[in-house]
Parts: sequence; C-alpha cells; structure tokens
Amino acid sequence: MSKVAYDAVIVGCGIVGAACAMEFARRGMRVAAVDREMVGGGATAAGMGHIVAMDDSDAQFTLTRYSQQLWQQLRPELPDDVEYEQCGTVWVAADEEEMNEVRRKHDYYRSRGVPTEVLESRRLKELEPNLRDGFVGGLLVPEDGVLYPPCAARFLIERAQECGAKIKTGVCVTKIEQGHVRLSDGGEIAGGIMVNAAGITAPELTAGIEVKKRKGHLVITDRYPGFLRHQLVELGYLKSAHSVSSDSVAFNVQPRRTGQILIGSSRQYGAESDAVDNVILTRMLQRAQEYMPAIGALSAIRVWTGFRAATPDKLPLIGPVPGDRTRFLAAGHEGLGITTSLGTARILADHIHGRAPEIPIEPYLPSRAAKEFAHA
Amino acid sequence: MPSQVTVMVNGSPVAVPAGATVAAALGSAGQPSRTSVTGEPRGPLCGMGICFECRVTINGTPHRRACQTFCEAGIDVRTEE
Repeated sequence: MSKVAYDAVIVGCGIVGAACAMEFARRGMRVAAVDREMVGGGATAAGMGHIVAMDDSDAQFTLTRYSQQLWQQLRPELPDDVEYEQCGTVWVAADEEEMNEVRRKHDYYRSRGVPTEVLESRRLKELEPNLRDGFVGGLLVPEDGVLYPPCAARFLIERAQECGAKIKTGVCVTKIEQGHVRLSDGGEIAGGIMVNAAGITAPELTAGIEVKKRKGHLVITDRYPGFLRHQLVELGYLKSAHSVSSDSVAFNVQPRRTGQILIGSSRQYGAESDAVDNVILTRMLQRAQEYMPAIGALSAIRVWTGFRAATPDKLPLIGPVPGDRTRFLAAGHEGLGITTSLGTARILADHIHGRAPEIPIEPYLPSRAAKEFAHA
Repeated sequence: MPSQVTVMVNGSPVAVPAGATVAAALGSAGQPSRTSVTGEPRGPLCGMGICFECRVTINGTPHRRACQTFCEAGIDVRTEE
C-alpha cells in the first residue's frame, strides 16, 4: 500500500470518512481510507443515528436537509441491517412558550419545502400514548428517520471498495503531510490530497482547528414493540444543545426496528473519561420519565458513552485547510454527523473538482475561523 | 395450600406443583421462553436471574424472568413477543 500513489487519502472511517470514500471513489478517484480502529467505530458507533433536518441555524438546516435528501435517494440501495426507518420526529412542547416555537418551526420548515404538522394536545397523545398527560402540543416532521450507523458506515465503505477504494484499519495516522500520511507502523501512504475525517482526533492531525470532545450517554432497552412510534425530542433540547458551559440533559428517545428504545441525551464538555457518570445518567433518565413515565418500568440492557466532535459555532469544518491546496478537513460534525455525512462528502468532492456544489460550501469552510489558524 | 396450581401458557392450562417457577411451567409445557431477534428459540439457561434468556410476558407485563417468578393460580404466561 505504501508505494502506491492515490488521488485521495482519507483519515478516518467513521460515517464521514466512509461517505467521502464512497463519493470520491464513485467519481473515479483512486482512494485509500485509514482508520486506527475499525470502520464505523468512534462517535459513529456511539451515537443514536438520526437522519434529521435541524434548524439551529440556516447553514445547519441547509446541510442537514440536503443530506437527508441524499439519504432518501440512497435508501433503495441500503441493506436491511442498516435499519433505515422513516419514523418521523415529534418535537414535544411543554408550555405555551414552546408551542410558539412549534409554530415558528412549522413556518420555517414549510417555507423551505419540508412537510410538518402542528399537533394539538389530543393528537399528540394519540400519536404517542405513553407521553404523560398535559403537554400543550408538538410538531411532527414526518420525513425524519433513524438508522443503525455502524452498518451504514460499513455499507458506504463497501460501495467505495466496489469502486476500487483501499481500506486499511487498525493502524494510526500519526501525521498528515503534503503528499502523504505517516502511519504508526512506520509506513506511509502517498496521495494527491489528504482528508482529515478523524472526528475528535482531528485536531491532533491538523493544527489550529477548534474541535472539542462533548461527552454523551445513551441507554438502550429491551424490546417493547409499539411502545414508541416516533423519535421524540423536547423543545428544550435546543436550550440544552446550546449551553456551551454546563452539563445538560434533554429528553430524546428513538424507536428501533427491533422494538428497542434508545434513550438520550446528555452533553458534557471537559469530561475526558469514557466511564458512565451515574449522576448525569440519573438526571438523563429522570428527564425521560418526566416526559414518559412508563419508561421507568422498562428494562434497560446497556448503557454507554461517546464523544461528539464539537466546533464553537456548531457547524462542521468542510473544505481546505486555510493556505493549503492539498489538505482538507471533513470533521467537527458534533451530534449530526450521521445525517450530514452524505452532504459533507458531496460538497467536498464538488469543491475539489472545481464544480459548484448544490448548496454553498462557504458556511462550513475552515477559513471561517481563519483568526485561529493565524495564531496557531 | 393446594399441592398443585394451574397456570395458562399461551392460552393452554398447565398444572405444576405449588411453589414451582414459571420456568418450570414452561418446561412442563415444552415451550421455549422467547424468540431472539434473529428468530431462534430461547429458553432458561442460568436459572438464577442473570442471563435474561427466559423472559416471558406475564399478565401483560413483558420481559419478566420466568426463573425468578413463582407460579400463581391462573396467571397468563405468553412466550410470543
């Protein structure tokens, strides 16, 4: 492998690296992709796996919606074990203030071509009978879905391999230099361009980027088919996701095809240990029971943690390292990387080939944080 | 105290000695306890509440461990998920 020159060397085989490998290889590029562990490990294996349109900012909405449509196009090709389910998201409003947010969100999505339905209290309860009584209403986003991310990453890598991509796992890239990457086994892989898709380890390979670890906990239950029908998210989720300083929890549950329920979510900066933190786990499950009291009677079978790769402005870094023509970034996707992987790969490939992407790449260019690079 | 109790396993009566576990009733009835995600039959393995292979629905509550539950007269045991 070390003697062959590739058109592109991708560092990281999480969902983002996997999507880049497939997109580049399909366009005829000779691709090598390397991962220190495995295909679809890291945050890809730890996350929930939602395919959602999110409107935290216009740029986030554009990338998530574009990516969601790319997933919908890919859906007929996805094998059964990817478990793509278009279950829809319901944003749950606890009070009138949150119901105003439901109406704002409804207008925002509708004006951008995303179907939504405003739910009154009774209709919400019909859709999700296990929610407690007394919620004001909610917003149904029917095109949102969920999938099983490790199998999705494996599928993307297999598609890349069918187009000639070479995959190397179990070896660590220690340096990304111009024209090649250096490996922990002493080898190197030469290539025309290098793509850093290394998630939380991206800053170790590209100086000057601000990507921080944001720890999360998840719980999965035994199988309870019919207990939950949609992905449910509290509207306070955005308040939680926005809080950059303190630990936070928010109600977010997903039905899986097996009938299992995935229960989240928590957010912690500065937590380096991957051990389960029982204090925040308890808070997270209490929050879940405030929304769905019957969750307390379910059997949980596993609890785990993971680290999101978070940027200061909540947008990923997609595009060239400033001042560098051969090294690129596809990192910092925080909690939305499963959704935004396909859009990331598509606009990065367009950019590299000098074509105008279908959505503007500018909001995600690493140069938007050029000050930090200047000081690096 | 009667020497035998009768429980319902998937709608059929099964008589077991008083004090028997639901796992014993399943054994008498010749029933597996559940079906795995990939469709394989599962039955009591450890018999002491650790392996969770013997989960059944009892009186409508799913995922009760048959080996940790005593038979009471007339309880409704379901092995389908």
